[in-house]
Amino acid sequence: MDALIEIERLTRRFGDFTAVDNVSFRVARGDVLGFLGPNGAGKSTTMRMLAGFMPPSAGRARICGHDVQSDPLAARRLLGFLPEGAPTYPDMTVGAFLRFVAAIRGFRGAERTERIDHAVALTSLGTVMLQPVETLSKGFKRRVGLAQALLHDPPVLVLDEPTDGLDPNQKHEVRTLIARMAPDKAIVISTHILEEVDAVCSRAIIIANGRVVADAPPAKLALLHPSGRLEDVFRQITAPPQPVTQAA
Amino acid sequence: MRNTLLIARRELAGYFATPVAVVFIVIFLVLQGALTFSVGNFFQRGQANLVAFFNFIPWVLLLLVPALTMRLWAEERRLGTVELLLTLPVTETEAVLGKFLAGWAFCIIALALTFPFVITVNLLGSPDNGVIAASYLGAILVAGAYLAIGGAASAATKNQVIAFVLALAACFLFAAASSQMVTDFLSTQVPALAATALKLGVLARFQTFMRGVIPARDLIYFASLIGFWLFANVIILEHTKAA
Repeated sequence: MDALIEIERLTRRFGDFTAVDNVSFRVARGDVLGFLGPNGAGKSTTMRMLAGFMPPSAGRARICGHDVQSDPLAARRLLGFLPEGAPTYPDMTVGAFLRFVAAIRGFRGAERTERIDHAVALTSLGTVMLQPVETLSKGFKRRVGLAQALLHDPPVLVLDEPTDGLDPNQKHEVRTLIARMAPDKAIVISTHILEEVDAVCSRAIIIANGRVVADAPPAKLALLHPSGRLEDVFRQITAPPQPVTQAA
Repeated sequence: MRNTLLIARRELAGYFATPVAVVFIVIFLVLQGALTFSVGNFFQRGQANLVAFFNFIPWVLLLLVPALTMRLWAEERRLGTVELLLTLPVTETEAVLGKFLAGWAFCIIALALTFPFVITVNLLGSPDNGVIAASYLGAILVAGAYLAIGGAASAATKNQVIAFVLALAACFLFAAASSQMVTDFLSTQVPALAATALKLGVLARFQTFMRGVIPARDLIYFASLIGFWLFANVIILEHTKAA
């Protein structure tokens, strides 16, 4: 099956520092890719380049065959993107914000209302439509960002920490939502929560110091450590080479 | 074009969703009123025109427009919303134009609210309303020039204070370039620059509008100045957005 997301040798340098180093992967329809790694490993930078926001120093990214740098508008139309920290305009109400995004996405009239209602139902935002975003809790803000990304039912979803700040019930809802959408889409989510990878991802990539250090289905990945737990694999692969042991 | 207008509408609504709009308009009107009547001696002049009013417009706008533009991009970058906006299917040019148009529409609203001056002077005498209209057009163009400069300054930094100071300094350069003091200084010290400074300055151009003249070359001047800084804004934004 054709890959909806293609990343080829993507590299990003900031001065002497290489944040993302030669990262390549492809995600096909039906795949949910969990993007794991310690803080500062280059997850968000990779996602920014994939979304066409940050120009790469080398390499390329394509969404449904459209290069995000040379054909950005076509690529962005097919992409739903939740940036790091789920930024939204703080003084807009949830409703006004979603109407703005829907209008920019080219929806009008009844279709626009329908799209917004659908996204609001998926993310359970119905009760806060008239509230300014800045008055909302972290979990609601995250869901506003999610609703914005789902509005146009895109074939490609790139979600940077979609469950960060959500309570366990909301986390479960978002995971169910992702699992439900998975068959029709190519989805990339970044997360720190390893159980999430087990729960929703068909494949996991671990990135450390800008490089891909593991790329396999979660079940296979777990076998890399004798304990068979993803957490131990993650620590084994990404921990600094000589961990300092401290006596308590 | 549709996206530009959508962004402009969102941005303009943003001014009114926060105290920015009210504070800006009130301070603008109070400053203009105080300056016109006290420093400008509106009544003592005994002339039925708004020269006392328009003389201060470029300077009051010089102070207030950078306050309006400082948040344009600096705040988007601080909040991270620039990442959201520029990964929607809009181009940088559409976003820059949208924000500029919103600021311009807002300045036009603020200028329109000075209508009591026009009514007052019409009640007291019979002024040349054509001259007043031309002066308003000049004021709108000056505001546009400052907005374009300020927008580019805001794209250059995440820090709103720096954006304000940069915009103020750059606008001041363009405002003062054609003033008597600068041209006198330049013509004795660096004569080669004096003519250029006179041509680049905003004030001399505005004064032709205040005389009731709308020369094509001044319209072209303002269009190029605004166009240049909007273009600079797009370029700066492309380089700084993800930094």
